[in-house]
Amino acid sequence: MDKQIKAPLLTMQGVCKSFGKLEVLKGISLTVSQGEVVAVIGPSGSGKSTLLRCATLLEHIDSGCIRYGDLTMAEGSPAVYADKQTLQKIRTQFGLVFQNFNLFPHFSVLRNLTEAPVRVLGQPKEEAEVSAGRLLEKVGLADRADAYPYQLSGGQQQRVAIARALALNPGLLFFDEPTSALDPELTGEILKVIRSLAADHMTMVIVTHEMAFARDVADRVIFMDGGVIVEEGLPEEVLGRPRNERTRAFLERFNQG
Amino acid sequence: MSLEEIGKLIIQMLLDSRTTLALFALTALFALPLGLLVACGRMSRIRVIQWVVRAYLLIMRGTPLILQLIFFYFMPSYIFGQSLPRFWAAVLAFSLNYAAYFAEIYRGGIEAVPVGQREAASVLGFSRGQTFGRIILPQVIKHILPPMGNEFMVLVKDTALAQTIGVMEIFRLANTSVSSNASLIPIFVAGVFYLVMNAIVSKGFSIAEKKLDYYK
Repeated sequence: MDKQIKAPLLTMQGVCKSFGKLEVLKGISLTVSQGEVVAVIGPSGSGKSTLLRCATLLEHIDSGCIRYGDLTMAEGSPAVYADKQTLQKIRTQFGLVFQNFNLFPHFSVLRNLTEAPVRVLGQPKEEAEVSAGRLLEKVGLADRADAYPYQLSGGQQQRVAIARALALNPGLLFFDEPTSALDPELTGEILKVIRSLAADHMTMVIVTHEMAFARDVADRVIFMDGGVIVEEGLPEEVLGRPRNERTRAFLERFNQG
Repeated sequence: MSLEEIGKLIIQMLLDSRTTLALFALTALFALPLGLLVACGRMSRIRVIQWVVRAYLLIMRGTPLILQLIFFYFMPSYIFGQSLPRFWAAVLAFSLNYAAYFAEIYRGGIEAVPVGQREAASVLGFSRGQTFGRIILPQVIKHILPPMGNEFMVLVKDTALAQTIGVMEIFRLANTSVSSNASLIPIFVAGVFYLVMNAIVSKGFSIAEKKLDYYK
């Protein structure tokens, strides 16, 4: 039982990705275990977002290995991807929250949440609507179910996007700078939702520039620079007593900025 | 022209407007899906398909529609020794011509949908077909309604060109009537017909735009 809980949900080994001549990921290895909250920090262009995009099948890796539980997404050099069915099965295991929300503007809030469970998982509509209602309550938007995305503030839209990702009941939730497109006064409501998910033991990988938040909510912090993981460890270690020169320089610059 | 003659002309024009309307409707029916297909070809990653489609777009948009009408009516008789019926030659020429314009409108509409929409759909597990049909296309339709409305109004008027290959539509009737009556009145009557048809088209599009106004 104990072993089951500790089993890694996501394993990445030696993941490399280039865009043309630009090497963006230079051999990333990373495991995420059940219930863990991992914060990924680093300067822009360090490959954080690409890492998430590769893990969520939005980009294909050049070489290395990505595994979800015992399902292999891609492996080898050059990387060979699993067949369509396996990839589709893997897709149901993760969710992704985008920087720009990417809600479907032509669907109501409720339908943004129910469309995928109904069309992809084949859930009955009524059932999907009941669980969607519960999720909206969780993110504090139960009264906006019939609204359209354009009628909501950025913070509300991002909360809907989080609920939409949760609607498929993923084992692992990725966040790609979830507060970067928001006005500073709106970031708090998002961080609150993420905190409540952490309290529910949701497994999460969060790319963020909110250092205080990372320190507060993450079990582990990963510092990336130049396409490699430079340092990783407990938040108070990486953020408080960084061992690596690059981490130190980044945090210094960050605290000044 | 006497009032009685004008009355007769209007009745005849109402009868012939069935041809005009059929030409309009069939062109829309064929050119709308064909245009979407052409747009997909234009955006295809396969080079050969892209080149073929680009050549098609250049020819269809770069030569006069009236020439294309003549081509599709007369060419088959040179090649196969048999020409298409006038009406169907016109439908063919109009459909191929309008599909080219529609294709570019579709392309603009598809490219206007942010790439994040596709990515969100992909992460949620929607298939490519579902993503296109349920997420992308509805947003494309909203984007393209205004330019499509334009094209439809031009199409109503362009049907008059079918007279060059002898299709009995309202403008041809007006023309013959002008010579036999030595009066310009039939031309103006035809003008009113086009105006009424386009008022309906225009109204239809503004209703559709209002219907899609529920989101931004």
